[in-house]
Amino acid sequence: MSLTDKDKAAVTTLWNKISKGADAIGADALARMLVVFPQTKTYFSHWPDLKPGSAPVKKHGKKIMEGVAQGVSKIDDLSNGLLDLSELHAFQLRVDPANFKILAQCLQVVIATMFPNDFTPEAHVAFDKFLSNLALALSEKYR
Amino acid sequence: MVKWTDFERATIQDIFSKIDYGVVGPAALSRCLIVYPWTQRYFGGFGNLYNAAAITSNPKVAAHGKVVIEGLEKAVKNMDDIKSTYKDLSVLHSEKLQVDPDNFNLLADCLTIVVASQMGAAFTPQVHAAFQKFLAVVVASLRKQYY
Repeated sequence: MSLTDKDKAAVTTLWNKISKGADAIGADALARMLVVFPQTKTYFSHWPDLKPGSAPVKKHGKKIMEGVAQGVSKIDDLSNGLLDLSELHAFQLRVDPANFKILAQCLQVVIATMFPNDFTPEAHVAFDKFLSNLALALSEKYR
Repeated sequence: MVKWTDFERATIQDIFSKIDYGVVGPAALSRCLIVYPWTQRYFGGFGNLYNAAAITSNPKVAAHGKVVIEGLEKAVKNMDDIKSTYKDLSVLHSEKLQVDPDNFNLLADCLTIVVASQMGAAFTPQVHAAFQKFLAVVVASLRKQYY
């Protein structure tokens, strides 16, 4: 389900609207994922505090959104554009790819709460496709 | 048997008492048909589903969206035994409608997005978790009679 020009335009339009709130979106999405899907906490046993609003959660949420921003800027070639992140996830983090879907859902829930009028069904389908392709690029080097 | 905390019970009752079934049901179903277009396979008799605008304004989609959310209300009213409450609905979906049960999760995700956009900041991680658990129980109950 690759991105059409229409999808890319929709993603860029949505991103321009939400990117100023990227840090808050990332922090909320990550916090939410840890609460709503507790099995994801297994990847963060090295953090002292996994509660919403904690310092490690906020910091890492910001980092995740920087990755998403990188994806938006490299939307025409996600596999090559995210090579460094792909190697990180494949060889070091080894996050099971099923979790990318979970985080993608949490991200979109947060966007829906913060930008209900912008996250129309049309924007949703394009962004969902984008996040799926981003996940594919991230798991590119897994095997 | 599913155990609900007081918070979870209250949260689910609260959400369903506040949402407008005529708005949320249609919005969730049309969003599902738009975001996951392969789900349209179950709605061949609904007429024009050609694009997002057509889906959103389709009266059959709207009517059926309402049917779906009224079905969810049965679970809200019988939270301590959703499995039995949904026995006939499960048979209906598996034997008559022949819906791939993975689709239940797709619709559930879209419903979550719609409720989240209605509630805004009030859809906290804790409220979201309660809603997610409720939908997981609903989906499991609908899957129960498939074989």
